[in-house]
Amino acid sequence: MTMAEGDLAVAELAFVRRTNIAPRPPPAAMTGAVGWLRENLLSTPFNVGLTIVIVLLLAWAVPELVKFLLIDAVWSGTDRDACLESVQHREIGACWPFVWERLPYFIYGSYPIPQRWRVDVFLAMLAIGVVWLLWLNAPRRDLGAIYFFVILPIASFILLTGWAAIGLQPVDTVLWGGVLVTIVVASVGIVVSLPIGILLALGRRSHMPAVRTLSVIFIEFVRGVPLVTVLFMAGVMLPLFVPEQLSPDKLVRALIGIAIFASAYMAEVVRAGLQAIPKGQYEGAMAVGLRYWQMMRLIILPQALKVTIPNIVNTYIGLFKDTTLVFIVGIFDLLRTIEVARIDPKWATPVTSTTGYAVAAIFYLVFCYGMSRYARAMEARLAKSDRR
Amino acid sequence: MSSELSARARPAQVVFYNDPKFRSIAYQLVLCAMVAFLVYGAASNAIDNLARSHIASGFGFWNSTAGFDISQTLIEYSPRGSTYGRAFWVGLLNTLLVAGLGIVFATILGFIVGISRLSRNWLLAKVAGGYVETIRNLPLLLQLLFWYNAVLKALPDIRESIAIPGGAFLNNRGFFLPLPVSKSGFGAVEIALLAGIVAAIAFYVWARKRQERTGQQAPVLWVTLALLIGLPLAVFVLTGFPLGFEFPQAGRFNITGGVEVLPEFAALLFGLSIYTAAFIAEVVRAGILAVSRGQSEAAYSLGLRPGPTLRLVVIPQAMRVIIPPLTSQYLNLTKNSSLAVAIGYPDLVQVFTGTVLNQTGQAVEVVAITMLVYLVISLATSLLMNIYNSRMALAER
Repeated sequence: MTMAEGDLAVAELAFVRRTNIAPRPPPAAMTGAVGWLRENLLSTPFNVGLTIVIVLLLAWAVPELVKFLLIDAVWSGTDRDACLESVQHREIGACWPFVWERLPYFIYGSYPIPQRWRVDVFLAMLAIGVVWLLWLNAPRRDLGAIYFFVILPIASFILLTGWAAIGLQPVDTVLWGGVLVTIVVASVGIVVSLPIGILLALGRRSHMPAVRTLSVIFIEFVRGVPLVTVLFMAGVMLPLFVPEQLSPDKLVRALIGIAIFASAYMAEVVRAGLQAIPKGQYEGAMAVGLRYWQMMRLIILPQALKVTIPNIVNTYIGLFKDTTLVFIVGIFDLLRTIEVARIDPKWATPVTSTTGYAVAAIFYLVFCYGMSRYARAMEARLAKSDRR
Repeated sequence: MSSELSARARPAQVVFYNDPKFRSIAYQLVLCAMVAFLVYGAASNAIDNLARSHIASGFGFWNSTAGFDISQTLIEYSPRGSTYGRAFWVGLLNTLLVAGLGIVFATILGFIVGISRLSRNWLLAKVAGGYVETIRNLPLLLQLLFWYNAVLKALPDIRESIAIPGGAFLNNRGFFLPLPVSKSGFGAVEIALLAGIVAAIAFYVWARKRQERTGQQAPVLWVTLALLIGLPLAVFVLTGFPLGFEFPQAGRFNITGGVEVLPEFAALLFGLSIYTAAFIAEVVRAGILAVSRGQSEAAYSLGLRPGPTLRLVVIPQAMRVIIPPLTSQYLNLTKNSSLAVAIGYPDLVQVFTGTVLNQTGQAVEVVAITMLVYLVISLATSLLMNIYNSRMALAER
């Protein structure tokens, strides 16, 4: 029997279908919203129980939150009477007029009112620098780095502290406060910690025993103690260690403490990046005759820093949250201005504290969450470029 | 010919300042000189400044009378009779108390949240994810202030205390609990508990040996539970409930008797546990995800049920990944407990670096001692961690 005969034989059989049956739709209970619910919420009795508990929990918590922040909230008023249950004869939620009135204080602290445009300019310049650096397709990012790490610090120092010679009235740092101080402390930490952290990381991996030992001691010492004690050290010991006339003011001392602390943590992050670079890269760089600093600047650090960007940003998130600790050494950052404002008799009500903390929470949440989204996007991007 | 060869064999002549060895030594000498100069300058300035402001130096203050009160003391302490040294120990014990309890609560909550994030229940995973993202992105200090000022200090005052069934009271001065008081005969229960612990360990060792020898398994969990809980409970019932409670009594201005949990302590414990739990949850999640799916599939194909697969295959491998970052979270919690100073819980920093420093003015000594304590805790932990890591490291060829 030849091949053709066989085919013919099959074709003649009446009970063999010649066409495919069109696929039937899956059972209704397995697709669409119902299927999704069954799969993700109600797959086992235990899961059904969990789902019910969580739904009840959310049904209690979410309306409470909305009620407090929006429905029962007070939107206008001039003093505490507007937010007092005993005066208004209704349930009172968040006391927003308190926030409207104190908003300038939360942003600028006691910075002289006619000079506050300087703070606005500083914040705008900072925003430009941040966008320039974070936006990966921005033009001339090398110029952006110079702007951010050299021009911006000098310009903002002159702008904020003042310089009588060019007509900027000097403003004592005691008057600074609120978001301004939070941003200044965070930016100083960010700008200073990266270069020092890189140097410390290179020192820790150096072949020179003295350099390595000193780096290890510094890094392990700072990472072993709480930031509060570093701030206390900078606050009370630093004035002892310098001649009396050079004694730095309170804000500068806190900035030094923050910079020391952030550098040690940054050093460990950078070191992890350096360790991820294969040895062949070092050997290749040396084989083409590069000196140590050329090798680091042209070959090693660009690769190491690139893979560490997500971790660097995560460290910055930690640093941003840690800036609140300057509160403890008596500096008026955002949290402290809120603390001061909430106990002011003019606005003291049972809901003032919670309202103030809600404002702080929104501020930190927006910034930190934004940074962590950026870190995650960078991570995804790096993973993609690795796959090639 | 031979002279040419020997000339080539001789190392190339380099000017001495281009010799890497010389350079490295020179760099290090310069660095050491700079550090020594800084230290010397700082020390001489400090001596000058201290002499000018008439501040004593040295550790003589350690044995002077403290003269200030501390709101929570685990060991005996009185403002008039106790020294600064005693105040130091009181503060250190308070730090260790809140850190120890915080670690326990944070671990429990963190594991629950971390596993929930991997749950197949969509709602549970999302809620756990929302918890982690929110808590991690808010400063701990803000959370502590919220718990303390907006929650615990907003409770009713002492005359309108919330009475909790069972004889406890809750108000803005703290949480007042009944204090268990042992009556005669309670010693027998303690002995039973000790005996239970010893017997449980012995049974575990015996069961293990037998399993290795014969392959037979013993119900270790049930026997241990019976020995640890059942035995003391039985003795407790047999000796006629030798335990009483001293109930807090609500007065007009005060509550007397019972145990008082300070609102500062409660706020710090809540804040630290909830904050650290979010980080522990991420550690746990990463650890579980790090165990490849093939491991559990292989275990199933060997015939293990889901329970033993989790217990014998997945968890041991996940713990290898989880434990090092978990320890560093424990260290962070201990260091973060120093934020107590912001809400006035008498921990080491508040008592010693706060009050003692203000009273004695001896900044250098006080800050150095405080830092030393935290350093010792950190270094001891990382030492233990290194030992653990070297024991747990995968034995590679």
